[in-house]
Amino acid sequence: MRLYNGASVPPTAVFGIIVIVLYALIAIFAGQLAPFAETEIVGMEFEPPGGAYLLGTDNLGRDMLSRLIWGARNSIGIALATTGIAFFSGALLGLFAAVVGGWADQILSRLVDMLISIPSLLFALLLLSIFGTSILTLILVIATLEMTRVFRLSRAVAMDVVVMDFVEAARLRGEGMWWLIRREILPNIMAPLVAEFGLRFCFVFLAISALSFLGLGIQPPTADWGSMVRDNAALITFGDITPLLPAAAIALLTVAINFVVDWMLHRTSGLKD
Amino acid sequence: MHPLARMILHRLALGLLTLFAISLFIFMAIELLPGDLAEEVLGQSATPETVAAFRRDLGLDQPAYVRYLDWLGGIVRGDFGQSLANNRPISDLLAARLGNTLFLAVYAAVISVPLAVGLGLLAALYRGSWFDRGVNIFTLSSISFPEYFVAYILMLFLSIRWGIFPSISDFGSSAGLGEMLYRTFLPALTLVLVVTAHMMRMTRAAIINLLAQPYIEMAWLKGASPLRVILRHALPNALAPIINVVALNLAYLITGVVIVEVVFVYPGLGQLMVDSVAKRDIPVVQASCLIFASIYILLNLGADVLAIATNPRLMYRK
Amino acid sequence: MSKPLLTIRDLKIEGRKGNDWLPIIKGVDLELRRGEVLGLIGESGAGKSTMGLAAMGYTRDGTRISGGEITFDGMDLRGLSERRKRGLRGKRIAYVAQSAAANFNPAHRLIDQYSEGPADIHGLTSQRDAAQDARMLYARLRLPNPDEIGFRYPHQLSGGQLQRAMTAMAMSCKPDLIIFDEPTTALDVTTQIEVLRAIRDAVRELGTAAIYITHDLAVVAQMADRIKILLRGEEVEEQPTREMLANPKEPYSKSLWAVRSFEVEERPVPTDETPVLRVHDVTAEYAQGIPVLENVSFDIHAGRTVAVVGESGSGKSTMARVITGLLPPTAGQIALEGTALPPRLAQRRKGDLQQVQMIYQSADTAMNPKQTIREILGRPIWFYLGLRGRAQEDKIRELLTAIELDPNEFIDRYPGSLSGGQKQRIGIARALAAEPKFIICDEVTSALDQLVAEGILRLLKRLQDERGLAYMFITHDLATVRAIADYVVVMQNGKVVEQGPKSQMFTPPHHPYTKLLLSSVPDMDPDWLDRTIKTREEA
Repeated sequence: MRLYNGASVPPTAVFGIIVIVLYALIAIFAGQLAPFAETEIVGMEFEPPGGAYLLGTDNLGRDMLSRLIWGARNSIGIALATTGIAFFSGALLGLFAAVVGGWADQILSRLVDMLISIPSLLFALLLLSIFGTSILTLILVIATLEMTRVFRLSRAVAMDVVVMDFVEAARLRGEGMWWLIRREILPNIMAPLVAEFGLRFCFVFLAISALSFLGLGIQPPTADWGSMVRDNAALITFGDITPLLPAAAIALLTVAINFVVDWMLHRTSGLKD
Repeated sequence: MHPLARMILHRLALGLLTLFAISLFIFMAIELLPGDLAEEVLGQSATPETVAAFRRDLGLDQPAYVRYLDWLGGIVRGDFGQSLANNRPISDLLAARLGNTLFLAVYAAVISVPLAVGLGLLAALYRGSWFDRGVNIFTLSSISFPEYFVAYILMLFLSIRWGIFPSISDFGSSAGLGEMLYRTFLPALTLVLVVTAHMMRMTRAAIINLLAQPYIEMAWLKGASPLRVILRHALPNALAPIINVVALNLAYLITGVVIVEVVFVYPGLGQLMVDSVAKRDIPVVQASCLIFASIYILLNLGADVLAIATNPRLMYRK
Repeated sequence: MSKPLLTIRDLKIEGRKGNDWLPIIKGVDLELRRGEVLGLIGESGAGKSTMGLAAMGYTRDGTRISGGEITFDGMDLRGLSERRKRGLRGKRIAYVAQSAAANFNPAHRLIDQYSEGPADIHGLTSQRDAAQDARMLYARLRLPNPDEIGFRYPHQLSGGQLQRAMTAMAMSCKPDLIIFDEPTTALDVTTQIEVLRAIRDAVRELGTAAIYITHDLAVVAQMADRIKILLRGEEVEEQPTREMLANPKEPYSKSLWAVRSFEVEERPVPTDETPVLRVHDVTAEYAQGIPVLENVSFDIHAGRTVAVVGESGSGKSTMARVITGLLPPTAGQIALEGTALPPRLAQRRKGDLQQVQMIYQSADTAMNPKQTIREILGRPIWFYLGLRGRAQEDKIRELLTAIELDPNEFIDRYPGSLSGGQKQRIGIARALAAEPKFIICDEVTSALDQLVAEGILRLLKRLQDERGLAYMFITHDLATVRAIADYVVVMQNGKVVEQGPKSQMFTPPHHPYTKLLLSSVPDMDPDWLDRTIKTREEA
């Protein structure tokens, strides 16, 4: 496939873009698409697929398909909000550290080094056990943890730009920090930052779904893909594949995003094969 | 002192410092509670007397630094305090489970490290080939899958449908090594799949980066064969990056272990930690967190030291 | 006449850009006999290195040979299997790269990398004999401690030593042909002369044929029997060295030689006026206690150019950092028109900053690639002069006209779409936009091809005459000094060894270091190297 500028897009990236658009549409129009309400009990527990319930019912007798569709909105929405916060604060701090340098950079970097030296899932578990499990704490805890990774990356890519002569020229002109960040550095690191946003979203999405799966993330009765797997896991022991559908939904989206990001990184790094 | 020794000592000191900082952080986390631990655990209905008694028992009436030093002192002696949920000593709870978790992690590591490094090397060498593209799609997909998804798929097919391996990996205390390896095969395989993908991608990237170095072109221009270029010119310089990749991923195993233990009902530290979080048994969570974090830091430290020791630039000074 | 060792006929090489293949070499012929040295010269992008590698039957990733023949000693290199080609590389055709530091494997000792070719890959000798040969070659190439130096790792040697060790490595299998790809370009002039001498003597003694690739005419004049000039992948002309120097035929070749004619007439230093910039007894250090500048003093007057000359590590670039306030001096001060400037950038007023502007060596990194020319020039105009809208636009256009670029064509372009010379002109315009009194020019011409560089020097001279600007020229290149300076400051290891008007600096008696520096710059005379070495040995 070819884009307007003549660059070819690999089939994996095309696939990724289509999937992402599809998910976005489902999440936005969940209310119109879902046959039943999010928490409505419509039938018996664990009814097999068919008839009115295209994918059967769950452990409480709610329609699986409707829960899946509502779950798209909840799971993606929460992950997106979390990534947004992590990204905004992380990138801003990272750029600040790169531009200011010196002590401010040292303190921020050492702090982040320490936070990063604990695996984030463990950290999340610790913090959630203390603050309890509400959606707001979940968002803030995960955002804080992922922020450290965004900080590292944005600091590193900004550092590559900060040492360039045009930044020195702007400094010598007497420009303030905000100008340096916004006009001199940011435009030059947009490509890696956008790619990083995609990757971070995947990590956040997987982390939240993992916590939900452990029963420590998004709480019932909110429809969420991670908790849906947990709620219906019992069916798997009977050889039924439907409890894995929410997990597959997660996997498909993260694969799609990764394909697109991979292609973007490939393009910006100038590598072509 | 030899500069190398000084550098290694420096790293060790830094690691120790990080460990200390993290213990402080883990301890301080409860200080962030809106109320305090006693009110939180006993709930709204508790009388002021019970709360006060509970505080005294836990030493909550003491200033924070005294409690921290007590806590740290206890840990150094192997005493992690008591569980809030069942009043048993935490060290007893940890002892058996830590062994199980390490067994699973080592099992997965022994398979995945050589596999990932080997395949990553091949993918880098045959960059752009169909093999490389296939590997890219496969690894990209597996790192995108939630760990429990991989775990359940394996369970569904290898255990429930085809019945080759057991789906629950509790092996009791009397099982021999063979039995243990068999019973824990599915959780180990899950970890292998997830970690191998990460490790392969990183190995491939590190090697490709290396192959672009001018001294590699020089080796080609001296007439060296592909095998020679890889073994003699690329590999000695790839050691440091590969060591880093391996350490990073072994550390990642620890995160994966938590989920996998829950799926396969494996009696490990991760399972204990998740249970304790649900029960808000904070001392146990703190203890498990500290142990996981220590392992993680030790791994990274080991990688750092190895990377320094294998770098001729640091071995032989000007 | 003997059969040629290497024959290249109508060679065509393409490089990949995106999904397209663009020509790099567009049909070049080349012939080389045994023991002969061919100089391959051209400016950046001429395809010299690609040509040199092709002579080994080697192409880099993203390039391919699309036509022509390469015959080495009767063998068709294009038709040869990879295996057969490997048998030739290193053994019969060897390669010496520009950056020895990057081309030696950091993980192995020099002697092991030396013997790898003859002993391990090609199986010509034993490790022991190869090591013995290495010592002899190291001695012949005038490396210090030839018996022991091989047991060191690459990072333990200096650049000039590594370059000689790499030449030794190339000679390890006694090849018929060696490709030298800019082997002295990264070196300081005083180091270069030793390496040139070592390479030339070794090539002569072993009777090896060589292709010597460089952009430096004076260097190639010392090394080559014949010179071939390339321009954008095509041959301009080829002649024996002396004829080429005396009588270049093609207009392009003539223009290469004509470059050096530009020279401004020295203007005397005014004695009765306050200098625009005074550097007074400045000492500066990066890490505590290690001085990079020691007690440096000099003045720069309006309408005059002061050249600060030195090799790498002399502290000449640090001087610019101190003047601009990026590195506050530990002692001494900088005075602008008689008033001391605050040492730190952050303490300086906008009016001070406006008076001191800077032009950088690499125009590629000096311009934000994401801003248009309008933004790059418009910002300082607004920042310093407070001009907006129509007035700002007029000013930008006026500046572009002043640097001889058509405003209509360039105002909305990005730096990425400009040539090196055009970018450097924008750099000049940006400095002018502030309407300063003083401009620091940091190696502004060293990344440019000679013709373009001369255009930049002429432009700077004209602007100086029109606007009464004071320039500080930081450079390592004495030709540039001769062309543009009124006053010269020679620096070595952070100290001023000598300073004075240009005429005085270029006539004896000299300070010993100035003398060494002056005598190390190659002349466009094939006998220069022999003569210089002879003079030095007599002294």
